[in-house]
Order: sequence, then C-alpha cells, then structure tokens
Amino acid sequence: MDLNQLLAIKEKELGSRKPYTLRVCTAAGCLSAGSDKVKEQLERAVADAGLRDQVEVRCVGCLRLCCQGPLVHVDPVNELYQKVNAENAAALLERVRGGKPALEQADLQHPFFTKQLSIVLANSGVVDPERIESYIAADGYRALHDAVIEMEPREVIQAITTSGLRGRGGAGFPTGLKWSTVAKSTGPRKYVVCNADEGDPGAFMDRSVLESDPHSVLEGMAIAAYAVGAEQGFIYVRAEYPLAIRRLRLAIDQARRLGILGSGIFGSPLNFNVELRIGAGAFVCGEETALMASIEGRRGTPRPRPPFPAESGLWGCPTLINNVETFANVPAIIRNGAEWFASIGTEKSKGTKVFALAGRVKNTGLIEVPMGTTLRTIVEEMGGGAPGGARIKAVQTGGPSGGCVPAELMDVEVDYESLTRLGSIMGSGGMIVMDETTDMVDVARFFMEFCKDESCGKCIPCRAGTVQMHGLLTKILEGRATARDLAILEELCDMVKHTSLCGLGQTAPNPVLSTLRFFRHEYERRLRPERVPTGAPRPATL
Amino acid sequence: MLSRGRCLPPYWDRPLMERSGSDRAMPGNQSNAMIATLATPRRKRIQEVLTRAGSDKRFKILEAHMKKHQHRQDALIEILHKAQELFGYLDDDQLLFVAHGLKLPPSRVYGVATFYHFFRLKPKGEHTCVVCMGTACYVKGADKILAAIEQFAGVRAGETTPDGRVSILTARCIGACGIAPAVVYDGNVAPRQTPDSALATIQSWMSHGS
Ligand SMILES: Cc1cc2nc3c(=O)[nH]c(=O)nc-3n(C[C@H](O)[C@H](O)[C@H](O)COP(=O)(O)O)c2cc1C
Ligand code: SF4
Ligand code: FES
Ligand code: FES
Repeated sequence: MDLNQLLAIKEKELGSRKPYTLRVCTAAGCLSAGSDKVKEQLERAVADAGLRDQVEVRCVGCLRLCCQGPLVHVDPVNELYQKVNAENAAALLERVRGGKPALEQADLQHPFFTKQLSIVLANSGVVDPERIESYIAADGYRALHDAVIEMEPREVIQAITTSGLRGRGGAGFPTGLKWSTVAKSTGPRKYVVCNADEGDPGAFMDRSVLESDPHSVLEGMAIAAYAVGAEQGFIYVRAEYPLAIRRLRLAIDQARRLGILGSGIFGSPLNFNVELRIGAGAFVCGEETALMASIEGRRGTPRPRPPFPAESGLWGCPTLINNVETFANVPAIIRNGAEWFASIGTEKSKGTKVFALAGRVKNTGLIEVPMGTTLRTIVEEMGGGAPGGARIKAVQTGGPSGGCVPAELMDVEVDYESLTRLGSIMGSGGMIVMDETTDMVDVARFFMEFCKDESCGKCIPCRAGTVQMHGLLTKILEGRATARDLAILEELCDMVKHTSLCGLGQTAPNPVLSTLRFFRHEYERRLRPERVPTGAPRPATL
Repeated sequence: MLSRGRCLPPYWDRPLMERSGSDRAMPGNQSNAMIATLATPRRKRIQEVLTRAGSDKRFKILEAHMKKHQHRQDALIEILHKAQELFGYLDDDQLLFVAHGLKLPPSRVYGVATFYHFFRLKPKGEHTCVVCMGTACYVKGADKILAAIEQFAGVRAGETTPDGRVSILTARCIGACGIAPAVVYDGNVAPRQTPDSALATIQSWMSHGS
C-alpha cells in the first residue's frame, strides 16, 4: 500500500456515490430499536422502486440523538428522520421523489446539534464502520501515511505535546508527555494498549466511537506505535460490547488485508499488529495496571505504581496505555495540525470532549462539545432540560469516581480543573442528569454498592471500607442512623480515600463526599435523634 | 467478586501435573507416564475428565481453540470465553481441562474464572433476562423493574427459577443509556422498559417455555 493506492481507493469510493444517500444508524442504541430491519426495508424499497442508481442506503454509526432511534439521515437534503421503523421506512423514498414523507423529523437547528463540534465523532454517522473504503474516502489513514513517511517519531510526539491533548480516560494526563516517556524507555519490546474497558456504569462514548468509527482508533494506535517504537498493540474491550468487538475485528482484518497494519506500513520500517483482548466484566480492569494483568491472562488486580506502565508494563516492557477517545483524536491532530487543535477549548484543556448525556433529560444521546462549554448549555439547551418540566437537581459526572454538580453551579465551564474544583471529575464522559425525583442519598448508596461489588479485594481500606460505607448509607437511607453514624461515614470516606492502593478505592468516597457537600440536608433529615443508652458504651454501628 | 464462594473439591489447590514434558492436552494421547506422576485422587479425576472429554465434540473444539492460541498461558481468559460460549457455563470439568491444556495450576484457572463477573459457574436457564442496573437506567427506575421481576419469578438476581426456565441477571451498563431503562431478553436489548413490559415477557417465557 502506498499513497497512490490509498488515493485510488478514495477516488473509487467517492466516484461510486449516488445522488441520494440514506444514512441509517446501526450503532447499538438504534440497533436495539430495530434499525437493522429499517435498513433491510429501505434496501428492498429502493430495489423495488428501481432507484438503485439514485439512492445509496448506508449503515453508519451513531447519529447522536439516540433516544429517538432508529434515525435515518437523508443526504443531500440534510434532513434527519426519527423513530423510523420497518413499516414506515419505505416512506422515506418520497423524499427522493421530491415529496414529503409522513415521518417525524428531528430539528437539526436545535442546540443539541448546532452546539456540537465533531472531531472524535467527525466520522460517526457518516462513514460505514464495516467498510474500510468508506473510512479512507473520509481521508482515513492519510494521517498515518503522513506521520510515517514525512515525520520523525519525535516530531509526532512534539505535535501531540503542542496540541495540548490530555488523556480522555479520566485523569487528564498530558498525552504527549506519556508518549515521550514511553519513547525514552528501553526494553526488548514495547506495547501500545487501547483502554476500551469503559467501566463507568452510565457511559457509552467509547462504545459509540468503536461501533461508529473503529478505524480512527486503529489509526491513532498505529501513529502512537510509530512515535514510541512499538510493534504490537492490544485493544482491551469489554465483553458487554459484542457489536464493538465484531466491528473492531472486521476493521483489523480489513486494515491487515490492505497492508495498513502488518509489516512495512506504507513502505516505512514500521511494523504494527493489533490484537483484541476481551474483558470479562470487572470494572477494576479499567485501571491500567489491572488491565495489563488481565491482558496477561491473570486476575485483574492492580499493583502499586511506580513503576508506571510507561517504564514497566506488559510482561515488564514499556507500555503506552491510552483511552479510546484519546487515540481517536490523534489522526485529526496530525491531519489538521497541533495549533488547530490547541486553538479549541480552554487554557488547560484543549480540544473537545465527548459526553454520553443520559438520565432524566429530554434529549439523551451522544454529544461532542468544545472544552469549556458550560454544564447549563449542555443540560438545558442541548439536553432540553428534564422531561415533563421537572426541575433539574444535579448533574453527575465521572461515574463512581466522580460527583454531583448541583443545579446552582451549572454555569461552570467544563474542563478537567473546574470539575475537580467542584469535587467531581471529568471522568471518561458519562453525564447523568438528575431531577427532583432523584434521591441523592440513594445515588450515593448506588455508587457505593457498585464500588463494593467491584472492589478487587487486594487492599483492606477499599475491601472493608466500601462494605462499611455501604452499610452506613443503607442505614441512613432507612432512617435508622444517628448523627454519630454520619460522622463515622465521613471519617471512613477520608480514610478510604487516602489509604487505598488504586484509583478505585481512592475515588470510591467521591460520590458520598460530593453529595454531602451539596446536599447535606438530604442526609441530615433522615437522621434520628441519638438515644444514649444508660450503662455500657454503645455497641459498634451496623 | 469476593462473594462468589463455592465448595471446592480437595484437589483444586494442588498443581495438576508436573510442568514438564510435551503433553498437550488432547484427550486420548496422554502419556501414561505423566498421569502416573499425579497423586492418586487427582489422577483419577483428570482421567475422568479426559474420558468424558473424549466423547464430547465441544471439548475437541475447545482444544482446537487452545491450539490456535498456541497453548499460551496469557490466552487463558480468551479460552474461558470460548469454553463458556460452547458449554453455556464453566463446570469443574471444563476448568480442569483448560488448566491441563495450558499447563496452569487449577487454582490459577479457578481464580480467574471466579474473579470476572462474566464467567458463570452454574448453568443458566432456558431464557435469560438481564436488567441493566447502570446509573442511567437506575435513575430511570431500573430498580423497580428488577424488583417486579424478582417478585414475579420468585428468585433473586443471579439465580434461575427452579424449573430452569428463566435466569435473572443484572448488568452494570450495557451501553444503551440513551434508551434507558434497558433490559436484555435472550440477547436482544429492549429499550424503555417498565415493570409491566418486563413482566409481560417473563410471563410469556414462564408459561410457554418457548
Ligand atoms: C477504577 C478505575 C477504572 C478506570 N476505568 C477506565 C476506563 O474504563 N477507561 C479508560 O480509558 N480509563 C480508565 N481508567 C483510567 C486508566 O487507568 C488510565 O489512566 C487511562 O486508560 C489512561 O488513558 P488516557 O491517558 O488516555 O486517559 C480507570 C482508572 C481507574 C482507577
Ligand atoms: S483500592 Fe480496591 S480495587 Fe484498588 S487494589 Fe485496593 S481493593 Fe483492589
Ligand atoms: S445509536 Fe443511533 S443515534 Fe446513537
Ligand atoms: S445504564 Fe443502562 S444501559 Fe447504560
């Protein structure tokens, strides 16, 4: 494969475009609403109407407004139809004939769409995730070509550093710095790992990226491999995402067949192969050291750092671990330049962030906004507020490691630092809206139950602490607790936070701490007065 | 992860065999010398497994899968996925067979199988119903759906009805939060469920069993 061949594939693909394109969303959300049948019906209807040379029916990834699926986008008239089903799908052909289909249309001028800025999701909903040609037609793999042919590895790392890209897996570690650490480390081999474990129970960004545009992740990984000098990559993906797994497998096969993965990529000395590793349902495996243990086929328990994976990772070799979205940003940065990327976002957080907007909000789905967009814009303008006109109470970000931002503070501009100041975290991008019907103590207990179940049990503060905190929260929720229990809970939070081995335990108290900070009254109104028993000291709680 | 205790047969924590020789576990072609080095109860046990495996096509497929991975020990999780796909769950037989094939101590195989939620150590029912209990589904009432199902079926999450018809499971986000609350019936994700819609499906399973 060389540049001419790549361009030839692009030309051929563009040349076969038809006047009309019906883009049918076949990502998981719409698929579960029956979009595969919609696609079949459309294809049949197109054939029956003899419109095959006029209309292309294309499977694409997420079209963002998942709650209204199945969605179909009609090009070139730029209209989005929602709640299409197998029965009424054929009506869409009316549009091709110049008529007006009797179908619900989504308002593409709504802030939900207009406030989005797509970098990571640029191809999502546009290219066919199951055909590499479709990705190449959208300038796919051009960045990889340019990187390996025209740039030195150190220039690639420089570009990533200048762009200001930070890890999208949660902590926001500068990606350029991580890459240069791995590049400097020495070892018999080096590895590149993509963390697609997406453990936050209420988030589906990484899944959507993998289902909608798997090649962009592969391309990002290959560029990273070139930059740090690795030859083998692993994608660790959750077993709960069968469609993402299937599309990744397909993407890897197709790239290999075209020689875009393998040896001597684009005629350069770069050899790079990617292997999939399927997780098996353990949240802690999102933590990087646990993830590596799991790739090695062991129980996914974290180990102390240092040594960091960049120095000693998989099988003791230097290993670069980045999140799906981090990798998906890379081709765009190489293609459009680091300065372009750095011009988007806030001072310390560059680029965009993909959020999975869900919970008690009207428009749920996938959004990508520039860093620095306010929570209010996201939730009220784009999300359309709570359904049924209820009052929004809080927004939860960061899942079980994060916290709740109360409605009064929703004018905060979202970036890594601002959310941390509010006692929450950016996290990987889950954003759950809560309204008056949501009980904050119940939410805190929900997350604690999650951490309790998912604690790997290696260290005691987390293993025992989460059980105790969960017990205390249940006690408060059931109205059996006193002020003393609340004090013990706060003490425990502090202890678990500071003494746990890995991020899971260290952040497990966050949902409690943040709800205590902003919604303390919800805890206090459940407490019962202290009854001091005469005689013996009080027995232990629980 | 800690709560998944189970009584273990006494040989579980002992290494299955000497870690030498070129004995890839293909039923039938075990060198007798190797088996003879095992302690008596374990030898008996492994011979039982291999005999049973010899007459079961699924073990042959599993063996082929191990071979595809060159019997690499780091492929353990992949192999267990395959075993579960073939058998529906992981029984002692399969775990021992895999341990034998990858030359791993059974404790290691058992340890991995119990660590990950995805691996089941008990057979599941004819039908499965997975209620998503992720955050997005939870704030939209997934707990009420689960409670209704549990009450109707008379078993708790993680269990199977005594007639073996329906297994009720929970998941932590199946990535369909945009259409919460979601329930997976026999592998198909159903959007926007309510206690009533969920019960209707469970009811039809329990009465027809089809
Ligand atoms: C308990 C726990 C769970 C995590 N889960 C994920 C996850 O699901 N996806 C992810 O990308 N990173 C996750 N991380 C963060 C990773 O450890 C790691 O920092 C990240 O993959 C690095 O990639 P980045 O620099 O691109 O963000 C988790 C961390 C902890 C402590
Ligand atoms: S903090 Fe929790 S999850 Fe992390 S190592 Fe300790 S017990 Fe395991
Ligand atoms: S899954 Fe179809 S729009 Fe998101
Ligand atoms: S929380 Fe249920 S699908 Fe994500």
